[in-house]
Amino acid sequence: MKQNKLKPWIRSLTFLSALLLVLVLFFPIWKIELTAPQYPEGLALQIFAGKLGGDVEIINGLNHYIGMRTLHANDFIEFTILPYCIIFFAVLVFVTAISNRKSMLYFTTVLFVAFCIVAMFDFWRWEYNYGHNLNSEAPIRVPGMAYQPPLLGYKQLLNFGAFSIPDIGGWVFIAAAVLLVLCMSFQIIISKKEKKLL
Amino acid sequence: MKLSNVPAALALAAALMLCAYSCKPKNTANAVSADAAQKTYVPPGKYDEFYDFVSGGFSGQMSVYGLPSGRLLRVIPVFSVDPQAGYGYSEESKPMLNTSHGFIPWDDLHHIEASQTNGEIDGRWVFGNGNNTPRIARIDLSTYNTAEILELPNSAGNHSSPFATENTEYIVAGTRFSVPPDNADGDVPIDSYKKNFLGTISFVSVDKNSGNMKIAFQLKIPGINLDLSHAGKGPSHGWFFFSCYNTEQAHTLLEVNASQRDKDFIMAINWKKAEEYLQQGKGVKQQVKYAHNVYDEKTQTATSTIETEVTVLDAMALPGIAYMMPCPKSPHGCDVDPTGEYIVGSGKLAALIPVLSFSKMMNAINNKKFDGTYENIPVLKYEDVLYGEVQKPGLGPLHTEFDGKGNAYTSFFISSEIVKWNIKDLKVLDRAPTYYSIGHLSIPGGDTKKPNAKYVIAYNKITKDRYLPTGPELAQSAQLYDISGDKMQLILDFPTIGEPHYAQAIEASLIKDKSKKFYDIMQNENTYAAKGEPNAKVVREGNKVHVYMTAIRSHLAPDNIEGVQVGDEVYFHVTNQEQDWDIPHGFAIKAASTAELLIMPGETRTLKWVPEKVGIYPFYCTDFCSALHQEMSGYIRISPKGSKVPLAFGTGDKAPGGKDTTTISK
Repeated sequence: MKQNKLKPWIRSLTFLSALLLVLVLFFPIWKIELTAPQYPEGLALQIFAGKLGGDVEIINGLNHYIGMRTLHANDFIEFTILPYCIIFFAVLVFVTAISNRKSMLYFTTVLFVAFCIVAMFDFWRWEYNYGHNLNSEAPIRVPGMAYQPPLLGYKQLLNFGAFSIPDIGGWVFIAAAVLLVLCMSFQIIISKKEKKLL
Repeated sequence: MKLSNVPAALALAAALMLCAYSCKPKNTANAVSADAAQKTYVPPGKYDEFYDFVSGGFSGQMSVYGLPSGRLLRVIPVFSVDPQAGYGYSEESKPMLNTSHGFIPWDDLHHIEASQTNGEIDGRWVFGNGNNTPRIARIDLSTYNTAEILELPNSAGNHSSPFATENTEYIVAGTRFSVPPDNADGDVPIDSYKKNFLGTISFVSVDKNSGNMKIAFQLKIPGINLDLSHAGKGPSHGWFFFSCYNTEQAHTLLEVNASQRDKDFIMAINWKKAEEYLQQGKGVKQQVKYAHNVYDEKTQTATSTIETEVTVLDAMALPGIAYMMPCPKSPHGCDVDPTGEYIVGSGKLAALIPVLSFSKMMNAINNKKFDGTYENIPVLKYEDVLYGEVQKPGLGPLHTEFDGKGNAYTSFFISSEIVKWNIKDLKVLDRAPTYYSIGHLSIPGGDTKKPNAKYVIAYNKITKDRYLPTGPELAQSAQLYDISGDKMQLILDFPTIGEPHYAQAIEASLIKDKSKKFYDIMQNENTYAAKGEPNAKVVREGNKVHVYMTAIRSHLAPDNIEGVQVGDEVYFHVTNQEQDWDIPHGFAIKAASTAELLIMPGETRTLKWVPEKVGIYPFYCTDFCSALHQEMSGYIRISPKGSKVPLAFGTGDKAPGGKDTTTISK
């Protein structure tokens, strides 16, 4: 049984990871910063676990020129589900730490990483849908009828420069994920060494 | 003369001529030093250090400049209609220019005073006076809107105004032109001046929180001309000083007849004493009519109320309110130094500057050392109140500002210069020419307890050759001098609107961050606001047609309107739906006899339009708002009176004749 236990410091880091996940609920996870000659002060769209923030109204006002659908938090089922997902993982990671079992840690980590990938894919899918379903009667016809913001990093979209990057909550989320992956990796390495010694 | 001496004589003559030329005073170009550009250059995109609120004089408006660049930032409509913003034309703003004489679309704005707390500029409001039809305006420094205009009864020529006490307890207004009181029969011979004409001083209280103005009381004074004034501060807080001319009480050819006496007066008013009398009920309630116009930011609408009563205290009958201090030759400026001890009178025709002492004045009053009375008001002796005179400072002293380091700066109209002198020893320290014939001058905070003496600005009356010529009419000229060193240094010329009189320069850091960017449309309580395009509509009430129109980049809703007839009163209530900085929309319609509307984000503005001819009239957005601004337009169809064309309106599919007919009203 003893072999299946976590190292105390790895167990502590797992607790920390759970705590970080709780924090994610209170901060914006992602942001898309927009600048244009007319917007020297910049515009920002912030994505929280459960809502949109920043200059949503202004961005919606601008998007009508190219026929992009207006953004409304109600249109996204994700904003209802995401907070529960985060709470679920916070609890799962916490339980993992309590259980003090290696196998549980491996399971949780893999599941969590899978969740991250699905979430990013979902984000990309939304960007694709918004950027490609432009109203053909809009005043401005975007070349190729595609106006998709970048998933990560910088992209010039007509007069707007869009910069997409994690916000505070996102960095905390990444830290939680990195912590978990590290915990799992170290636990595997340590366990292998211990096996050799045996 | 030997022939060989001729070249020598010629050379000598040439040398003499050259010498004579070099003796001629240097022209203005020489007066600018090399580092002037560096001191005034504000790079593109950078901010100025000061806001300068400059009176527009006969334009009736107030201009805002940045210093040290001299760039014009904005013109605030105050007493004159402004077709550009629709001020005085829109239904919301018309009441601001109402008076007891009806709608008055113009005035003459001379002086600007900043609100003060503890004798320092607090950056909340600036005040301006209407000289012609006596009024005081308050401008809000977060919206840069004229927030309030108060008319003054029993007054004419509101010149010694709107000066403030050190906590803005009162803004004062004194009459330049004495007239019979409003409740008396004004149909009197003009040459009965001495018998029938009176002056008044209005003490206008300012509410600490809202800024709302109210005439607390008026002082009845002799029929003389009050010119300028300033409040006491520090030890002299509780007193107000007014320069008086025409103590001869002339009513014709004042140029000569009001310049006869060797000395006129500076009138000292003990307003705390007046307050006591007021509390004791010594005031007489007088039935008068005056307009009080207030702009309500919530409803975005001005209302005009005609007030009917004012309380008057007779300064000639109630002892201890007023005292007369002799001052040479028709004093103009009346300025109190930052310590509150020295009162500088500037006799327009005097060749000296008298400096009066507040403590000496109090001594003389306490010891009852009077030299007779003037119209029942005790007159003090010049020697008893005089601290000293600045000898031969220049010609035609007008106004004095202070640097808070013991020095005074006085403007000289006739000799066209600013003279810096020390208050304690009354010695002239420096003089700088102005271009040309300076009137007012101003130092940031220069009439408060805490001047910020980095610059002095000269506001001139004559421009001549300062700029490229523009025909007989020229812009008026201002000059900026660096006074951070011992010597004044001319660093900039800049043209101004109307005619600049007094001005107030305020440190930008004190006010720039509270400048509003737009109005929250959810807080818009205008009766006719359309919040959101679904609320756009047209409603007929008899011959009145109300168009609740929305404006958002880049369309108006409704943009097609039918069923309106010749002679209908059409009210376009346009609400700007934007909630972003610097996206105003304009609204204009063909053949409007008024002006355009300029509507800030979140605001509602109303233009009344009475069509006189059958036809199709386009309307459009006048402020280039977006890439599709040129598309932001619409049509209204005007049918003959009694036409059967039904009222219909809409935009896009909902326009009359469009696919969607749900909005056609019955």
